[in-house]
Amino acid sequence: MSLYQQFAGVEAGRLGATIKGSLWLFPAIESVHLLALSVLGGALLMLDLRLLGAGLTLQPVSAVEKSARPWLLAALATMIVSGVLIAVSEAIKLYDKGAFWVKMTALAGALLFTFAVKNPLARRDISGIGARALGATSILLWLTVAIAGRWIGFS
Amino acid sequence: MDPVSSFIGWLAATPWSIALHESLYAYTVIEAAHVLAITLFVGTIAMVDLRLLGFAWREVPVSQMSARILPWTVAGFVVMFATGVLLFYAIPIRTWHSLWFRAKLVLLVVAALNIFLFHRRVERDRARWDAAPVPPLAARIAAAISLIVWFAVIVTGRMIAYNWFDCDKPQSALVQALAGCSSYPNDTF
Repeated sequence: MSLYQQFAGVEAGRLGATIKGSLWLFPAIESVHLLALSVLGGALLMLDLRLLGAGLTLQPVSAVEKSARPWLLAALATMIVSGVLIAVSEAIKLYDKGAFWVKMTALAGALLFTFAVKNPLARRDISGIGARALGATSILLWLTVAIAGRWIGFS
Repeated sequence: MDPVSSFIGWLAATPWSIALHESLYAYTVIEAAHVLAITLFVGTIAMVDLRLLGFAWREVPVSQMSARILPWTVAGFVVMFATGVLLFYAIPIRTWHSLWFRAKLVLLVVAALNIFLFHRRVERDRARWDAAPVPPLAARIAAAISLIVWFAVIVTGRMIAYNWFDCDKPQSALVQALAGCSSYPNDTF
């Protein structure tokens, strides 16, 4: 079965049909996605600003990483669950949108960078130019995810 | 017609409003900026509120959160407000008569009052509880109101895009009154 057929199958499935058939489910899920976006942005910015030498500079980088982590994880989990529900309800449309694939690729990169590179180094209190590079890269990667996400609605 | 509706009608007829409404990219870019600035604005507010609630950043003094994080919140607000004004300017009549937009305006007033009361009253004796992991009840209440109201602002803002309660569709007397449909011009889209 081709990828397109799989996408069409997901949209026609029970979950996709339920969300599509409801007047308020889609806007409600969208709203949850946006609320989680705000918390995710806050949690990411706290560490990224600190790495860039701004924000909570009186706290060690590792302490900021530790305090932000539960909110980062909770917001990410909410984003992914609500995002999957949105995607399931309009899978065929997404299949043809370049912005969707850009977002998924950037998301994979951002997640990998965050949990395999940035946060582990932050836990070791990285400083100097390396820290700044981490903060800047993180902001750029996540901004790409967010902009591509918004573009799905426009393109 | 009431003065506000006349003004909104005049605004909608200005060349820049029409240009923005009909633009291929300008409106889209402004709307994207408005949505993405949520991360800077509400994201940083949420972190300060979570600190005041005693849910996060317990080891960071409240004064430090305010001094180091709130300037970023203000920067976020400037972007939100500027882009928000432009979005309204691009579609004045429909937005003014949107139930969701009106609810959002009321919520913004509530948020402003909450901020005013927090700085005027709640924060006055901050020195006594600055380092406390869990601030006093008044501060926690202000933070909870802030979180709830800003979240509601996000939701009502998103819902402006939906036309469920638009004046150009049949509406109940209540919706018509709340959305001011009596002054909604018939010849606009």
